[in-house]
Amino acid sequence: MSATDTTPTTDTSPGEATASLRRMRALARAELTLLVRNRTAMFTALLMPLAMVLFMRSTVEQLSLGNTGLSTTGLVMTGGIAMVLIFVVYTNLIPTYVSRREELVLKRLRTGEVRDGEILAGTSLPVTVLALLQCVVLVAAGATLLDMSPPERPELLLLGVLLGLVLMVLAAAVTAVFTRTAESSQITALPLVMVSFIGSGVFVPLEVMPDRMADVMRLLPMTPVIDLVRYGWFGGGEPGEVLRAVGVAVVWSVASVFAVRRWFRWEPRR
Amino acid sequence: MDNGEQVIEVSGLRRRYGPAKGDGFEAVRGISFSVARGEVFALLGTNGAGKTSTVELLEGLAEPSGGRVRVLGHDPYRDRARVRSRIGVMLQEGGFPSELTVAETARMWAGCTTGARPVGEALETVGLAPRANVRVKQLSGGERRRLDLAMALLGRPEVLFLDEPTTGLDAEGRRDTWRLVRELRSTGTTVLLTTHYLEEAEQLADRLAIMRAGRIVVSGTPAEVTATRPSRIRFTLPEEVPPARLPLSLRAAADGRRVEIRTERLQEALTELLLWARREDVELEGLDARSASLEEAFLEIAHGDPADHEGLGGHEETTDATHTARPAKAGAR
Repeated sequence: MSATDTTPTTDTSPGEATASLRRMRALARAELTLLVRNRTAMFTALLMPLAMVLFMRSTVEQLSLGNTGLSTTGLVMTGGIAMVLIFVVYTNLIPTYVSRREELVLKRLRTGEVRDGEILAGTSLPVTVLALLQCVVLVAAGATLLDMSPPERPELLLLGVLLGLVLMVLAAAVTAVFTRTAESSQITALPLVMVSFIGSGVFVPLEVMPDRMADVMRLLPMTPVIDLVRYGWFGGGEPGEVLRAVGVAVVWSVASVFAVRRWFRWEPRR
Repeated sequence: MDNGEQVIEVSGLRRRYGPAKGDGFEAVRGISFSVARGEVFALLGTNGAGKTSTVELLEGLAEPSGGRVRVLGHDPYRDRARVRSRIGVMLQEGGFPSELTVAETARMWAGCTTGARPVGEALETVGLAPRANVRVKQLSGGERRRLDLAMALLGRPEVLFLDEPTTGLDAEGRRDTWRLVRELRSTGTTVLLTTHYLEEAEQLADRLAIMRAGRIVVSGTPAEVTATRPSRIRFTLPEEVPPARLPLSLRAAADGRRVEIRTERLQEALTELLLWARREDVELEGLDARSASLEEAFLEIAHGDPADHEGLGGHEETTDATHTARPAKAGAR
């Protein structure tokens, strides 16, 4: 107990870091139990990505990829990673944050030692780990079952997925700000989902769009993630392009952190 | 630790909801009090008096719009990392995921608490051990309150905040909670609780404060608080005796034949009244004389009977139209 009294800046001391991890692990464990008990959430987390990948396959096959240098399988697989990020993390976390807020769980947690960031991060851990595992499965399946070459630059692929996870968690927290009930998250989640589908190269690669339009689309939150995944898996991506993608993702993350700190509500509106 | 240490210090505290002018509502309007180490302090008041709004400021859940709070010497809002590990909090409404079991909830809470006592022991203290594997949604209201209390006690706090700890409990559960609070007090824990129940405050509190419309109207030990209230003599005069014939010094208030006398000196006033009655040969029907109880004091103060403001002396309480306009409370009981 006196540990906090003797260390002047508690944030960086190793003791505090361990305590922080311990708290997030406790929250994540409880949240995992809740996820397993919630059939709808389990369904979206496990079956939605698979269903979407199959659906995408049939759509993309009708697309003329011409000289974009992309294969149908490649497009489906990178789109699959986007699906996992969106459906396992984003659309799953919004109702979680909202119902914890409405059940006064967030308020109750805030009376304890756990910090605000730890609450949001700990709550998101089960779905982020689940999403990461599914991404690994996709890459492995691509290499073994679909005769795709293994990722050219795995570190870029990993960077893209990690940035995507962070962005999706933050986006879910921001979306929770204007989501009143867990049910209404099905509507409040739509804008980002649709914009990502259409504009970020999930279904339609930016390469088939007019250049100027593609440039605008590259500023959307999901585009840099998909670009990085693609560069990582199939190569390509000049240093400048990689840098721009990372830059856009970081800007979105910083803006989301600001929005969460400014507007996130920890208890129901009265 | 020295005995005179003030564990909670509040001065000029204010809390406003909404905009500063116009539509905003000021729930806490400049209150001051302090609680010494080891003391049990009760905040009393009706719904909307500002108790919960005050406690939330002490817990560091919100930032005051004015004034100052110190808990264990720190600002509970800006310096919460320093304060949180040393306090325990029980909100008016518990917030635990309904699909977790009691034991799972306690395990989660223990993982978030420095130096948490063993989960089993914590559930044992509040009598929830047999319900360890029951989901929170299947608990009764009283059991949920006890789970909440167990979580508040998990980190062996130096200061405990209990917002209506016994609301929804049956008589037995209430007595158990009282016993727990007394035990905690005997081990030196400082307790600040809010309650609707006068009996609870009388049973537990070393000192109390009664709030109305965001202000503390009266505070002190239960004995001191009742001492500020006038005693009351009531009787009915016979038809042929007009109240005007009563001695002026009694300052009687009449409603038809029914008369009420309020006095700080009950014995003196009663003697004078009875001597007058014998002299005038008047029968005082339904004669009733009593000193104020805490309950009477509370009811009068909390409901703001405008007639007794003069008796309060020193408090600038006036009939304030806004105290009827309370913020809507979700889940109000």
